[in-house]
Amino acid sequence: MAIISRDFSGRRSAPEAKLPPGQYLTKDFPVLSAGPTPHISLDRWEFAIDDGSNVLKRWDWKSFRELPTENITVDIHCVTRWSKLSTSWEGVSLDVLLADIRTDLPYAMFRSYGDYTTNQPLKDVMNKQAWIAFKFDGTDLAPEHGAPARLLVPHLYLWKSAKWVKGMTLMPHDKPGFWENLGYHIYGDPWKEQRYSDE
Amino acid sequence: MWRTAKVLGLHDETATARTLMLSVRDWPGHVAGQHVDVRLTAPDGYSAVRSYSIASAPSTAGRIEITVERLPNGEVSPYLTQQVMVDDELEVRGPIGGWFVWRPEQTGPIQLVAGGSGIVPLMAMIRSRVSTGSTAPFRLLYSVREPGAIFYRDELRSLSDQRDLLIVTYAYTRVTPNDWPRPAGRIDPELIENDTWPSHLRPSSYVCGPTSFVEYATDLLIAAGHDRSRIRTERFGATGERK
Repeated sequence: MAIISRDFSGRRSAPEAKLPPGQYLTKDFPVLSAGPTPHISLDRWEFAIDDGSNVLKRWDWKSFRELPTENITVDIHCVTRWSKLSTSWEGVSLDVLLADIRTDLPYAMFRSYGDYTTNQPLKDVMNKQAWIAFKFDGTDLAPEHGAPARLLVPHLYLWKSAKWVKGMTLMPHDKPGFWENLGYHIYGDPWKEQRYSDE
Repeated sequence: MWRTAKVLGLHDETATARTLMLSVRDWPGHVAGQHVDVRLTAPDGYSAVRSYSIASAPSTAGRIEITVERLPNGEVSPYLTQQVMVDDELEVRGPIGGWFVWRPEQTGPIQLVAGGSGIVPLMAMIRSRVSTGSTAPFRLLYSVREPGAIFYRDELRSLSDQRDLLIVTYAYTRVTPNDWPRPAGRIDPELIENDTWPSHLRPSSYVCGPTSFVEYATDLLIAAGHDRSRIRTERFGATGERK
């Protein structure tokens, strides 16, 4: 039974706003990162997919940007409780990046410049559910938002959408990444409010 | 798991920030730098949750302090800084966060860099260092808008009077005290060079504040030769340009 705070009314979201439980709407775009923002030059950037022993595919910036792109408009939800609706991005679908890869490995660990990692089931980043995004609101990503490119997996809490992403490793078993090792949920579904590892 | 927290005391830090002393039922203890979620529930069942850094040192007595800065359009912070009263009960959950923390086993030099209310988790680290008798060399660079915006002013002064406990440097961005040697302005390379641990001592740095401050301060530390893997950050608020 919740404790009631007398005289507390709150600032409620418009009734039509459909937010996951425990989230509030923001028009800002707050930043959450564990360390300094890496600054990555485009001629050194790469994105590689490996299976733990061999690199299966690799793109440099030029070959990555020659891939077909999509414009995406999605709601995003941060575990720190803000949600932002109808954000628009441009990026390359993971379906394009994974198109030639035949694998039975069911999990992936995404890796970033600056040594961040985050895990997710491979099926969660396939079938129009995930992108490597390089533009937000029509302009190149800002460094603190993940430039030059970040993962975008909008159906999971935003810490899963690794900024400064540089690759993914396919794995036979699920394994916690950076925040998942520090008390955050292994999967992170905002609609089930899977914020912390005790949920 | 939500726990009941009773408000034991209230104390204004500045015109817009208030410290709440809480007694939390079955509190499991925390590490300096962690935060809690605070939940307020209206009489009709609507609830809102926000995260606040813990300001107090770890203790076994189930007591924690949080310091809350009132945000102009905030939903929870105006209630916590203006309406809540001693003996009220709230709900808290935590502690949360295992990265932006300082543990007494860390014996190396520590550089703290605070922008505004970013001082709160760093104060928990300072208090943890003092209460555990750690001898880790602590240094704080604290950027504030004006003298009246300093949190924990008397406590920081008394700690920095004993120089083996803490060295504090203030940087004022808008208004300085009278006769202050450095003009108002944001932190700069000269301040980093003169008033933080040099990189050859290999300090661990903790930088907390608004995003734009953290971006700028960490860039300065890296430019001064600090190893980026030894810099931990905690950012809050918007990016600045989207306000």
